[in-house]
Amino acid sequence: MTFYIFLFLAALAVFCGLMTVTSRNPVHSVIFLIGCFFAIAGHYLLLNAQFLAVVHIIVYAGAIMVLFLFTLMMMNLNEASEGHKPALARISAVVSAGLLLFILIAALKKTEPFAPPLTIDHSIGLVKALGNTLLNEYLLPFEFVSILLLSSMVGAVLIAKRDKSPKPELE
Amino acid sequence: METSFLIEKGILILVIWGITMLIALYSTFGERVVAAYFQDRRGPNRAGPGGLLQPLADGVKMFTKEDFIPNTPNKWLFIFGPALFMTTALLTSSVLPWGDKLNIFGYEVSLFVADINVAILFILGVISIGVYGIMIGGWASNNKFALLGAVRASSQMISYEVAMGLSIIALLMLSGTLSVREIAAQQGGDFLGISGMKWNIFYQPLGFLIFLVCAFAETNRTPFDLPECEAELIGGYHTEYSSMKLGFFLFAEYISMFISSAIIATLYFGGYNYPGVNWVADHIGPNIATILGVVVLFAKIIFFIFFYMWVRWTLPRFRYDQLMNLGWKILIPLAIANIIITGTAILLLN
Amino acid sequence: MENSVVGYVPILMQFVFAAGFVGATILISHFIGPHRSSKTKDANFECGIEIHGNARLPFSVKYFLVAILFVLFDVEVIFLYPWAVNFREMGMDGMLKMILFMGMLLIGLYYIIKKKALEWE
Repeated sequence: MTFYIFLFLAALAVFCGLMTVTSRNPVHSVIFLIGCFFAIAGHYLLLNAQFLAVVHIIVYAGAIMVLFLFTLMMMNLNEASEGHKPALARISAVVSAGLLLFILIAALKKTEPFAPPLTIDHSIGLVKALGNTLLNEYLLPFEFVSILLLSSMVGAVLIAKRDKSPKPELE
Repeated sequence: METSFLIEKGILILVIWGITMLIALYSTFGERVVAAYFQDRRGPNRAGPGGLLQPLADGVKMFTKEDFIPNTPNKWLFIFGPALFMTTALLTSSVLPWGDKLNIFGYEVSLFVADINVAILFILGVISIGVYGIMIGGWASNNKFALLGAVRASSQMISYEVAMGLSIIALLMLSGTLSVREIAAQQGGDFLGISGMKWNIFYQPLGFLIFLVCAFAETNRTPFDLPECEAELIGGYHTEYSSMKLGFFLFAEYISMFISSAIIATLYFGGYNYPGVNWVADHIGPNIATILGVVVLFAKIIFFIFFYMWVRWTLPRFRYDQLMNLGWKILIPLAIANIIITGTAILLLN
Repeated sequence: MENSVVGYVPILMQFVFAAGFVGATILISHFIGPHRSSKTKDANFECGIEIHGNARLPFSVKYFLVAILFVLFDVEVIFLYPWAVNFREMGMDGMLKMILFMGMLLIGLYYIIKKKALEWE
């Protein structure tokens, strides 16, 4: 049963991923990418990582894709204005994607075949266990995350907000 | 996984769907009656006795109207928008507990569809997906007013999502769990010697207020109904819609009103618990106590739906800058203060 | 039941049911209603006057900034959930850890407000 669900989710994820890349309309791409995120959240659920699954949906599908959609809508998206991509851009895209694929395959070949431990602690993916690990063992990275978020906040404000009042001495 | 489990849940889903539809239908009617009462006029009274068949007439009208698709290059997205919005509105009810356990001829039935460990986050996730329905629908309409309404609606909803998440955190510090069923069950404890009165509202008054304001903003109700503000934006994001697709946008608002009332009642007002729940269970019977609990829960929900309508005719609409200021500069700092106050109180009392 | 994934199956059922209901309703209303179209009728509604330019106008960068800040704050809030659930066990220790974390959030918020990044003229 689990195996068939896995196959279905995997097929869904691959299909949505392909459609994300091949769709002509960028908004369609965004929708397929959201579908892909849901399929991946389903994979997390199969591994009983419930917190991760739901956070994946909230953060990726619910927050980051909203940002994508905003960006797409901010740009003037008309069928007519969609220009032809230059050949150099296409070639570089193919090359960089090919390199990424190569790295992924190389990384996959190195991993040991995964053998599940005989006794699985079923509460390991739940929020309580996760919080304990996060706030005790991984306390330092956890606090660093807040600094990272602070710096990106400052960056976002600086980029979006141009200083409208020039400094008096420059006048 | 047994078949009986699936059948039980399937029946429950159908029943809850029916109740949701019924309550949402009759809140459209209730809204007009309440509005009429507040404005000292009669309200709908022609269709059926006392106008009671009015929602049915509205539904038939919606169905038989022309399914109009305007001149837009994104016809599929135009249909996808309202469909997604309605689907997400119907999905939240799956993690809410509608009552305690019911014993039917020795077969124990729990009155919730899905008891998951991360129910509160699931609710937040579904709410955050609902934003897409409005955004895609408004954008695909190929209309400036609809686009502006959609952008306004989505940035309002995402702004208040942050404050909503923060206000729930203080509640979670008390309960220590993300499961809505456990939070509801915890509120059945004793408060000042009365059983079934350990409601979270007594411990989290500030958190409740923040949550309430955010719930109004998330459902796009007055005073936060800027996305469909008629004076500026014609109809907002659903300007170009007609027939059942418009019906979905309007109807989903009432469904989310019902669901958010249910969430408020469950998280802060004891859910299906009522004073003396243990006494009823001991003296009259556990099944009666459970059924009474469901009735009490729905009474609370209907009160909050009425509250939504009450506010609509009491408060004027915000300006957009006021709305954003309230969300980012008042509610978020208040919610963080609430977390720190709650934390200190728990530490001092333990 | 509580900790296993089986609890999600009813949610899937409800999703299938809701999506089916929505799809069926749209289809039925599509076939029931009349269909008459003309060039003027299909035109987008802009208060009855002639349509000016394209509807896909770029809008204020303010909305975009709100979206970015939402993503950042949303991630911060998500980090608070595992902490809140464990709060009673960790006591004073946990409180201090979180005050440090939340301090950064507050500094960010203070910066945003001071920079008037969210002022709507």
